[in-house]
This record gives sequence, structure tokens and C-alpha cells, in this order.
Amino acid sequence: MTTVLDPTNEATPTRIEPSMRPESLSGLTVGLLDISKPRGDVFLDQIESKLTELGSTVKRYAKPTFAKPAPVDLRHQIAIECDAVIEALAD
Amino acid sequence: MVGLSPTEAIQLPNKHEGAANRDTYTVSKPVLPSGLVAFVKQDCPTCELIEPALETLMRGDEALTVYTQDDPRFPEGLSPIDDTDLTVSWHHDIETVPTLMRVSSDGTEEERIVGWSRDAWQAFCGIPELGMTLPEHRPGCGSLSVDPNRVDDLTARSSATGLATRRVKFAELEDDFEAMYDRGWSDGLPLVPPTEARVVRMLAGTSRAPTDVVAVAPPDLIDVTVEKVAVNAVMAGCKPEYLPVVIAALEAVCTDEFNMHGLLATTMGVGPVFIVNGPIAKRIGMNSGMNVFGQGNRANSTIGRAVQLIIRNVGGGRPGEVDRAAQGGPHKLGLAFAEDEAGSPWISLAQERGIAVGADAITAVCVESPRIIVDQMSRTPESLTNLLAEALLATLSPRMVVGIDALLVLSPEHMARYRDAGWDRSRFRQELENRLMINSDDIVRGHNGIDEGVPVDFAGLQLPKFRPGGLLIAHAGGPAGLFSSVFGGWVSGSKGSVPVTREIIP
Repeated sequence: MTTVLDPTNEATPTRIEPSMRPESLSGLTVGLLDISKPRGDVFLDQIESKLTELGSTVKRYAKPTFAKPAPVDLRHQIAIECDAVIEALAD
Repeated sequence: MVGLSPTEAIQLPNKHEGAANRDTYTVSKPVLPSGLVAFVKQDCPTCELIEPALETLMRGDEALTVYTQDDPRFPEGLSPIDDTDLTVSWHHDIETVPTLMRVSSDGTEEERIVGWSRDAWQAFCGIPELGMTLPEHRPGCGSLSVDPNRVDDLTARSSATGLATRRVKFAELEDDFEAMYDRGWSDGLPLVPPTEARVVRMLAGTSRAPTDVVAVAPPDLIDVTVEKVAVNAVMAGCKPEYLPVVIAALEAVCTDEFNMHGLLATTMGVGPVFIVNGPIAKRIGMNSGMNVFGQGNRANSTIGRAVQLIIRNVGGGRPGEVDRAAQGGPHKLGLAFAEDEAGSPWISLAQERGIAVGADAITAVCVESPRIIVDQMSRTPESLTNLLAEALLATLSPRMVVGIDALLVLSPEHMARYRDAGWDRSRFRQELENRLMINSDDIVRGHNGIDEGVPVDFAGLQLPKFRPGGLLIAHAGGPAGLFSSVFGGWVSGSKGSVPVTREIIP
């Protein structure tokens, strides 16, 4: 029987339950996160007008660069200011 | 016969030198009985020869305890203590048999002699007639506890509790290599099983403590200890002397500037490639010559692989998960190479990047796999530079400009053009960069019926192909062949990845 040393991080991931899905976006504040890829704004402009028609309040956000994870402060800001968020992966 | 290294019978200091660093690992060192203590093995002709002397000592005033390393019945009639698992020998740094020690009542070793010297044994034991029928002098044999085939297991066994990593037992019927594939640890190629003995041996390659945190590995942002680096370096096939290079490489990629998380997450097939500078490259046998980016050199093939395995196994960055590369590239298995400094008339890449002459350094760049640039006809530096510029302008795509980096590796035969003409590194860089300016009219969207390109607002400008300072230049390859190579980069600068150079600390 061979015994080896575990090459992994040995971590047990913390399980975080996703937020409850809203029944409707009407009356809610929805964040639109542009990851800063070309033409992401074209896509999000369309989404914004549709959401506004539905009665949502829209807030727009953008990552400084698509090449890096969203800064933790930006993620926190979206979490406290919005009821839902839509992220635009464009090109 | 293993470990047979005749040793002169000499008086050694109480605690022999060189054992100090073992104390880091030592657990529950067995206490020796007081009086005289002898270590022997049946397989040693000198040990057999001195049996009569040991019998004399056994009848003497001072207590004698004999530890035997191979045959538990040897020497007969002397009630030897079985040390066939070599634990006592290892802990007491026995290098030669026979070894005779004097141990005080509190278990402290006072003195020792090794091998057989009649005069020395008589003086040591205070018995003038000891071993009178024996030859005057015989060297001893190597102790089994320093047998190269056993010492790593012994060290691992004795240091087992010193390693923090969780142990994983494979089932009796599991094939070791299949077991590692089944657990998802592999990059697709077979792995070396990271047993305790191999990890302990790997850790001997660095002066850093196993518990030191080297880096925080993306994407899961996990602290990586030296010990975890060693486990993955074993699996990658590294030798212990590569470990400082792997550690420096990991430090380099796990920085905000290098942005390893971004490299993983991008759909582009880029990955880290490492260039090693300094005397360490030759010392550990890295290739800077023929087939420098290819197969066949252990260090070149395993250093980058170890880093990628750490990102996979500790950081959690796996293809198809956070690694979203559409096509990837063979270099993502791990590619490192050494710059050919001895054959270059220029200062090295590391020196250009601020590393002192003679220091060891590694530079991490975020790039695609290499592509070849052919020029077999240029005989002047101007002609070759014109050709290199034409080729470089097509890096990634002729329409990509400004926000990318690249690594150009000149082959020795191309370098000869510059050596002969007396161009130094800065002259070459300047001449090349002058040729890497692009008229934006030629690459605006829609030009030549191609939708890709710079926005039309950028028409009428002269744009640099690469980010200022973003073209790295190195020298490597075999002596014949008029081929250089370019590795195209990714999103560069603070928005993407910046090359990082780190000094390699032993």
C-alpha cells in the first residue's frame, strides 16, 4: 500500500446558498455589470431599456478590466445597492 | 554490497558535524544505554574480525551494549539489540561500522571511535591487552543508515510528524499511477508519487522552512507552503536542486502584476513561460541550446510543470473550470528554459530587467506557444531586423497593436549578425522598435475587407505594435539554424499581465 502526501489545498469549501430568485424584476433595483469587453455596453443598453420597461431601477457598473476579477469593493457595492445583478460577457 | 566506504579509524568529536540540520526533523530520538555502545553489521568483515574484542569488552567492568544493523543474531553470544530498522543508527548519526561510543549515565554521548585501530580501542576502553590477536588496523564499512537507497526513507520516517500535509493511502489493489489520475491531480501526463521520502528529499533543495508561505495561489486564493510546493514538484518530476527555481517561479506568477487568475480565466491560449538566468541554470542542467523549447531536458520540462500543478491542485485552476482557454497550447503543460548567456555578446534578459550580474533570476511571461521566424538569407543586421519586424508585426494578428507584449528569442546564428556588426542590446532594441510602428490606416476596421482592426477614430496615426517596454528579448537555441522565435503575449500592462522577474534564493 502506497502512502503519498496530498498535493491539493486540503480545504473544504464553504458552501454559500445563492440568494432567493425574485419572482419578478418589477420594482427592484437591478445592477448591470459591464466587464469592460468591447461592445458590452451595446448589450447592456438593450437590457437597460427592457428592464426600465418592466419597472426596474437600473444601476450601471463596470470592472476596471475584463482581465482581472472584479475588485472586492465593487462586488460589495453591488451587493448592498441592488436586488439583482446581470453581468455582461461581451465581444 | 551497498554503502561500503572504508573509513579510517579516527577519533571523532562527541557529536559529529553535519547533523545539526537534522534536528529540525528529529522526533523521539532513542536514548542510548550508559557505558560502551557498539554499532555493527554482520556484512562488515571488520565487524566480524573484532568479535573477540567485543567479547572481551562484554566481560569487562564497563557495560557494553551492541546494536546490529542486519543480522539480529550477530554477534552471537553478545545479546545484540536488533536495529535492523536502523532507527537508532540513524538518530545517532552512525556513518561507519563498527562504531564504538561511550555514553554517560544521562544518555549523553561522550566520545566515539570508528573502524578498528588496536591502539585506539585499547586507549578508548582503557584495556591494554584488548584485541592483541587482531591486526593492528582495519577500516570499517559504511553504516546501512547512510545507504543511499535507504536514507531517504529513514529520514522521512523519522521526520514524519514534521510534515503537515495530509497523508493519502492508496488501496492495495490500486495502481499508484492510475490512483493519481483518478484523484484529478494530473495535467494529463503521469506523475511521480509524492511519498514522504521523496518530499523530504525535495525539501532538502531549499533552505526555507517547510511551513513558509511562498504565495497565495489563484483562483481560490490559497496559501501555498514550501511543503506543498515540494509535493507538487515531486509529482512534476523535479529534482531537489530545482526547488528554489520553482519557488521563485511561483512567487513571480502569484503577484497582482502577473495576474495568474486572469491568465487562467481568459479564453486565449496563454500561459506562464519562464526564462532562467544566472549560474543556477547550468548548475541544475537546464537547456539553453539545441531544442531549447522542446522535449528532452528534465529541468526545462518540469519546473514550469510544477508551477502549473500547484495552480491546478492548490489554487484550483483547472481547464474547463476557471481555465477557460478556447484552444490552449502545449506550453501550458509547463515551459521553462535558460537564456544562453555564455554565447551572447549582450547583457542578459535578467540584467536588462535590473538583476545584478552573477545573480540567479527567473522571469515569468504570459504568452502563447512559440512560433518560428525564418530568415536564412539576411547577412546584415539591418536586413535581419527588417525581417524580424515584419514577422513581429503579425504577432497574434496583424491588427493587434499597443496593448500586447511579446518575447523574442534570437537564435545564435541570428545573433551572429548583431555580434559581427557590433550592435549591443539597446541598439538592437531601438532599431527594432523603430520598425515596429504601424500606420493605423492599414489596420482600421474594414480595411482590406477585414472587420477586425482598430476603431476608425484611430485612422491617420502611427501606433507601436507593442506596449512600451513590452517586448522582451532573449538569446537561446542550438548553434546551427537561422530561425528565431516569438511568443505572443496577452492583454498587457496593468489591465492584463506584466512580466515579473524574481531573484532565485537558495
